[in-house]
Amino acid sequence: MHKEELIVLTRNIRTICGAFALAISAALALPTLVHSADPPATATAPAATASAGGTAATPTAPTASSGADGAASAQPAASFPPAPKLTAADYPTVKGVNARVAVWLIAQLHLWFGAFVVAVPMFVFMIEAIGMATRDKRYDNMAYEFIKVTITAYSLTALLGGLLCFGLVLFYPDLFKYLALIFKESMFAYALLFFAESAVLYIYYYGWHWLQGGNKKWVHLTLGLLLNAVGLQLMFLANAWTTFMMSPAAVDAAGVFNGNTWAAIHNYLWNPINIHRVVANVAYGGSVVGAYAAFKFLSAQKPEERAHYDWMGYNANFIAIAALLPLPFAGYYLTAEIYAYSQQMGITLMGGVFAWLFIIQAVLIGALFLSANYYLWCGMGRSDGAYRYNPRIKYIAVVLVGAFLVWFTPHTLVLTNSELKGLGGPYHKYLGALGIMPAKNTAVNFLIVFTFLSFLFYRRANKIATVSWAAAGNAAQVALFTAGLINITILGVYYGYFTNTVYKVAASVPQVLTTLVIIIISTVIDAFMYKGAKDVAPLRWGRMPDRSQYALFLLAVSFTWLMGLMGYVRSGIRQHWHVSNIFRDSSPDAYTPGLGYAASVVSVGTILFMAMVIFVFWLSTVSGRHPTVKGYWKEQTA
Amino acid sequence: MNTPRRRIVPRLLQLVLVVLGVYLGFILVFDVLLGQLIPKSLLTMYMVFVIAGAIMVFTFTEEGAQELVGPIKALVEDPSKKWVRNVVFVIVPLLAGYYVYSSMLPGFEAPVELRTIHPAPPGKFKAYGKSYNLATLENPFRKFEKEDPAKFKELVKEGGNIYIKNCQYCHGDKLDGKGPYAAGLNPTPLNFQDVGTIAQLQESFLFWRIATGGPGLPGEAAPWISSMPVWQDFLAEDEIWKVILFLYNYTGRQPRSWAHE
Ligand code: HEC
Ligand code: HEM
Repeated sequence: MHKEELIVLTRNIRTICGAFALAISAALALPTLVHSADPPATATAPAATASAGGTAATPTAPTASSGADGAASAQPAASFPPAPKLTAADYPTVKGVNARVAVWLIAQLHLWFGAFVVAVPMFVFMIEAIGMATRDKRYDNMAYEFIKVTITAYSLTALLGGLLCFGLVLFYPDLFKYLALIFKESMFAYALLFFAESAVLYIYYYGWHWLQGGNKKWVHLTLGLLLNAVGLQLMFLANAWTTFMMSPAAVDAAGVFNGNTWAAIHNYLWNPINIHRVVANVAYGGSVVGAYAAFKFLSAQKPEERAHYDWMGYNANFIAIAALLPLPFAGYYLTAEIYAYSQQMGITLMGGVFAWLFIIQAVLIGALFLSANYYLWCGMGRSDGAYRYNPRIKYIAVVLVGAFLVWFTPHTLVLTNSELKGLGGPYHKYLGALGIMPAKNTAVNFLIVFTFLSFLFYRRANKIATVSWAAAGNAAQVALFTAGLINITILGVYYGYFTNTVYKVAASVPQVLTTLVIIIISTVIDAFMYKGAKDVAPLRWGRMPDRSQYALFLLAVSFTWLMGLMGYVRSGIRQHWHVSNIFRDSSPDAYTPGLGYAASVVSVGTILFMAMVIFVFWLSTVSGRHPTVKGYWKEQTA
Repeated sequence: MNTPRRRIVPRLLQLVLVVLGVYLGFILVFDVLLGQLIPKSLLTMYMVFVIAGAIMVFTFTEEGAQELVGPIKALVEDPSKKWVRNVVFVIVPLLAGYYVYSSMLPGFEAPVELRTIHPAPPGKFKAYGKSYNLATLENPFRKFEKEDPAKFKELVKEGGNIYIKNCQYCHGDKLDGKGPYAAGLNPTPLNFQDVGTIAQLQESFLFWRIATGGPGLPGEAAPWISSMPVWQDFLAEDEIWKVILFLYNYTGRQPRSWAHE
């Protein structure tokens, strides 16, 4: 370890510890200062953390969340006001600033960076563990490089979070006050966790080279785990506020809070969003570091650099795909829960105006899957054995594209008048059947199975199985895929079209299980079949066309756009409510904007985010440069 | 690597042929064989993905990509192709110009509407002088399906009579949206046999749509030109519930519900 690094490290640790101590004392002191007037608010920060962490005891014992003292439940509701009834005059305006767009963009940018910062440590942790298990230093270096990119992104996240808070207080003061009162305990927990996250992240990053070898490496890995624990809790808390606005809990019809923070956090849509976001964030994080690797690959000067970043890009893409595969299921689960919570919200989402955005969503997800697959196919060029598999790629492509056409065929077609006449109504006899869920579920399962097949081919491209039963193993795999696909089709067609909705929805579960079975069994067969297999030739990392790198960029851009779009949809289905059916939005912006307008705002956000990300990438290249400028510094005579 | 072999059909032409073939295939299957035309907006989207997929297949290997762009490069750079180049350089801008011209040309076709056929229902609505909460509203007769099948059959039959007296003119005697008046209406009366209509909806939604009709549609279903009558003015509350039983019973569909058996 270099001396100057040590100095930096100790300085950082000192700063962090100081900040941490300050944060804790502030968190302990603040509630008593702010709410010395009202007795029920006796909750201290540690109790708040306990309720946020979701310890097993809290859900069953509602009062536990406001501290151990049962006194809190004695006089609950009285001190909480009902949701305010506002008029347009209650919303401060700043000349020349559109409040909604400003808050929208800042929140979205914050979310993008937040998602990235939460996600990267998850796979960095795994990569570090893989490195420790295989004792392959390359993994450790890659993990370090990934976390290095997050450091700058982390400060941007914090900056944007602060800006968001400021924006809310400035433009939506009453809403902020209302939410802050209900969530004040968890907001302190949030502040605490935020400091903890900073502390752990910096120690994890700056301590990387110091904590190497033996027990120290284990300590470092544990820090990684801690980082993830803190990061996830942070996100779950933020999700609680978001979902509370959609599916409020622990309040009565007038919006009076009954004092149960845990119930407000654990509202109806909290877990569905938690699940979807965790998985989506990992895929998203993978795609952004993939873009980073592509950026470095394209700007690399030396072949070994190209090889390194090619390998990194491959791993990032692998992470993105692995997390992409379960995403559609998480998405449907989330939608089903939204429907179950409120038919009105569900129909607004899938049948009403927002339905058109799901067509765009489908197209973007199409772009995601196609670019991920294209990258894999291009990657087969690294191996000299790939020519054996190349001719089969076109069949995969046909199925992927076919599945996509089904996936984005809309339920309600956009028809010109003459087409409407020609069809005799707004419904198409054949295409209409592709517009509803069972068709989409079937298509998605095909998509996933064939993306997995692409990956299987990629893995095999460079190998020759040497086991005696290779032919039988191959036959078994073909049989497995065929049987599985037939099963998925039958489930989709029979249960999807000839039974009622309960079965329709239920049939998607065995479909998913079939897909999982295919993936798991064939991975196992492959693992045994290619145990000790011969390599055709060493893999040539870096032998990758530049085209493929643009596929990685496309992946990141589509992901970003998709996230922005879906975030808007999620927030938009509340329509003219700040908090669904409880707290009305009376600002001049309370209407649902046109699709084109919303899409433009999301696009502007995407461009801003991409610009900031490229800035972060560029910073990471600059920091590696140490040119020596002659004649600038005084010559030191030692 | 092996040297690119000569092909009978050059790759670029192959690509064009594949794309064209798929395009014509769609038209052949839908417009000619099945007799249900494929909407242009959808076909455009389909083709975007088909083209993307085809380009991916043609370029994922280095040789493939070279072979594909080779002829294009040669066209621009090769001195011996001067004449072809000149012709192409005249035709391509002309085609682009024609495309722009024809898409700017004013037409008599009404603009395409993004009309929402199943708008989100309100949380509550008023009918028969009462307020109904759509989240909790249920068909009071649905329970007889299990408890008293004979009575249920009777109710469905009554619903059928109500349907024939009031609804079949528009929605058709086979419930397929092809009643005698249907041809004159836009938007057309809905086809209840289709998988995309009542099979996707809850009974409370139907009750709301039938009781309040076209005028009861919320803002997002604009333009409000649906001819669906406001049935609360003509039918009793019970009659609407019965006709709903009939709609599901006749089509063999089940209302959307979240209650498992
Ligand atoms: C004058 C013609 C006409 C008559 C008579 C008529 N409808 Fe309709 N109905 C329509 C039209 C038009 C629509 C709306 C189509 C649209 O909005 O795209 C409609 C829509 C509906 C819907 C909404 C379906 C959905 O999927 O959202 C229901 C349910 C319905 N009608 C039931 C009935 C019943 C029951 C009767 C008899 C009591 C009836 N209709 C009589 C024309 C009619
Ligand atoms: C491959 C399929 C899918 C991908 C790649 C995907 C990706 C994403 C991403 C990246 C986000 C943003 C997450 C975040 O904010 O942290 C998101 C959010 C969302 N997704 Fe999906 N999704 C998929 C499927 C679906 C499906 C099928 C639906 C519903 C029909 C859906 C509904 C939503 C909603 C409503 C949100 C908003 C949640 C929020 O940000 O608050 N998703 N999705």
